[in-house]
Amino acid sequence: MAEKVLMKGNEALAEGAIRAGCRFFAGYPITPQNEVPEYMSWRQEEVGGAFVQAESEVAAVNMLYGAAATGVRSMTSSSSPGVSLKQEGITYLAGSDLPCLIVNVMRGGPGLGSIAGGQADYTQATRGGGNGDYRTIVLAPFSVEELGNFPKKAFELSEKYRIPAMILADGILGQMMEGMSYNFEPVDPAALCVKPWAIGPNTTGRKRNQVYSYGLAEGELEAMVLKRAERYALVERDEVIYEERNTEDADVLIVAYGISARASIAAMEIARAKGIKVGMIRPITLWPFPAKRIAELASKVKAVLCVEMSLGQMKVDVDLAVNGKTPTYLHAKSGAFFPVAEEIAVAIESALNGKKEQLFNLADLAEKATNERAEAKNAPCKEGALL
Amino acid sequence: MPKIEVDEMRCKGCQLCTKACPKQCIEMSDTFSKTGYYPAKLAKQDCCIGCAMCYQVCPDLAITVFK
Amino acid sequence: MNAITKRPESLLDVTMHYCPGCGHSVAHRLIAETMDELKIRERTVVVAPVGCAVFADKYFNCDSIQGPHGRGPAIATGIKRAKPDSIVFSYQGDGDLASIGMAEIVHAAARGENITVIFINNAIYGMTGGQMAPTTLVGQTATTAPKGRNPLLQGFPMNISEMLSKLESPRYIERVSVDSAPNVIKAKKAIKKAFENQVNKIGFSFVEVLSICPTNWGVTPLKGLDFLREKMMPQYPLGVFKDEKESVAQKIQEGK
Repeated sequence: MAEKVLMKGNEALAEGAIRAGCRFFAGYPITPQNEVPEYMSWRQEEVGGAFVQAESEVAAVNMLYGAAATGVRSMTSSSSPGVSLKQEGITYLAGSDLPCLIVNVMRGGPGLGSIAGGQADYTQATRGGGNGDYRTIVLAPFSVEELGNFPKKAFELSEKYRIPAMILADGILGQMMEGMSYNFEPVDPAALCVKPWAIGPNTTGRKRNQVYSYGLAEGELEAMVLKRAERYALVERDEVIYEERNTEDADVLIVAYGISARASIAAMEIARAKGIKVGMIRPITLWPFPAKRIAELASKVKAVLCVEMSLGQMKVDVDLAVNGKTPTYLHAKSGAFFPVAEEIAVAIESALNGKKEQLFNLADLAEKATNERAEAKNAPCKEGALL
Repeated sequence: MPKIEVDEMRCKGCQLCTKACPKQCIEMSDTFSKTGYYPAKLAKQDCCIGCAMCYQVCPDLAITVFK
Repeated sequence: MNAITKRPESLLDVTMHYCPGCGHSVAHRLIAETMDELKIRERTVVVAPVGCAVFADKYFNCDSIQGPHGRGPAIATGIKRAKPDSIVFSYQGDGDLASIGMAEIVHAAARGENITVIFINNAIYGMTGGQMAPTTLVGQTATTAPKGRNPLLQGFPMNISEMLSKLESPRYIERVSVDSAPNVIKAKKAIKKAFENQVNKIGFSFVEVLSICPTNWGVTPLKGLDFLREKMMPQYPLGVFKDEKESVAQKIQEGK
């Protein structure tokens, strides 16, 4: 194990990608991921790779599309609104079966939102985000160390299945500094396997290669989509990654990823000191989601508590896994405000004891909104202004 | 004598070659091709000079020029 | 008696889907002949974004990538930067390049990417069914401008070659036409030069090709030629807008 050095999350990520053999980067400035393109601008030159500051997120992801098609390990990075723009290219990358790495250092949303960290792009990341029937492999780091080491894992998974991979981090991870050590030797791009499907100079007399996502003849597109679904099935079966803590004797199971999982670890200590048996499962791959393991664990606990910086986006997957067998609860922070250990600790108690404090419940909001609207009833045209 | 051959399976009957021919040697057939167009044909004997102007404008590479 | 014309090897021996009279296929042949003559087929990649030429990958006998509407120059940038030995050309129509892809073409040109762009200007959207393009002429009818393009509502046509020629980095910009045999021969020279520039690392080269779209103009191909010559050419004059002999790198080195 190499010696630890103090590194900022975004820089650890960029250096990790370089060490993983990434030799093409295209990006566009957006906070809080700016250190990634800044680092890449000089580091790619140093290692003989290419860096392009694109004219837009849309252009950047299409540059990635071109570069990825040549078989070179290629990546782009951005933050939430920028990743929305990138969906055009991501669906083409997925539809053309190209491996690549897309990084989303999430911030608050929707719209311009906030530049502080967020987790509200969960649905977009895990369901595809662009048009069509596709998935991307999504890795969710929770430390600078994971941020730096995940690019290699992401490239390997992406190439193994020819599915675009995404690292879903957040502004807090990207901006914070921690001890960093890489758990792998730098990859020599020249030593990587030649991709038989790649476009570019044909030096082996192979057949011409075509990169495309369209299928207009009868049955052609369906065949392409179904062939891809076979690989999705393998990923869901074989590539699920998660971490468990204190699950052996737990009465309450926390499900949390990324920065929310870190706060939850501290919350577990507070609750355990009070004698509450609480454990945690941290999904590291958000797609494929550790649904099977969550279902197993949920059958042994009294309550499942989701902790996330979004209003239940991840909880949808947890609910699908638990399938109504155990009550599920949500401690949510949105608006780019991060979870606090003491508040999560209260939520743990509430989940166990059927209380409401620190738990988010959409039905409660409906009641509040109904009352507000009733008050506005006698003031025509004011109803909309209230909202 | 130079001549042209028109591939009736490729010709879409656009008539551009008839205008491009400096000698007006090319006319359209009055019968359908198998693809449903009226294809071009070399209408006059000993007319073609092998200049390949028709080849230049043909969008479908349907014309081969012999000299 | 021998055949003096021959289908280029770089063009696959298949029937193209283009409408009768369409200029796309002539441009395809000229590019394919160029690939043969420069012996670059084995290292060429065609970038085919959305438009009538989206199926160009079915015709050119070289590697290909089909891309989103307008993004050809960005995709070409990615390929060329990742694999500098490749020869990359983006083949785009006027809706694609001059409307949705305006940012991509302008910035690829401004960066001076060593790529070739072939721009087919037929003053209309083809594949989607004759809607108004940025290049549609004033008064010209389109399915989204049934009374004709009105400059008060839709502005004036955009002259892309002239616009791009104001940038410093582009090395070669020419507008040609494929309406007649002599013009086709001139177009071939321009296209060949645009590829030679890339092979010789001179830099960004751009050829605009005026072409007829009889189907969406609602005329016969022969009437289409008249429209191109009488209406399009005055708005889009043929000619060389930029022709630099040296690459940007050579110029900087010489302190020019």
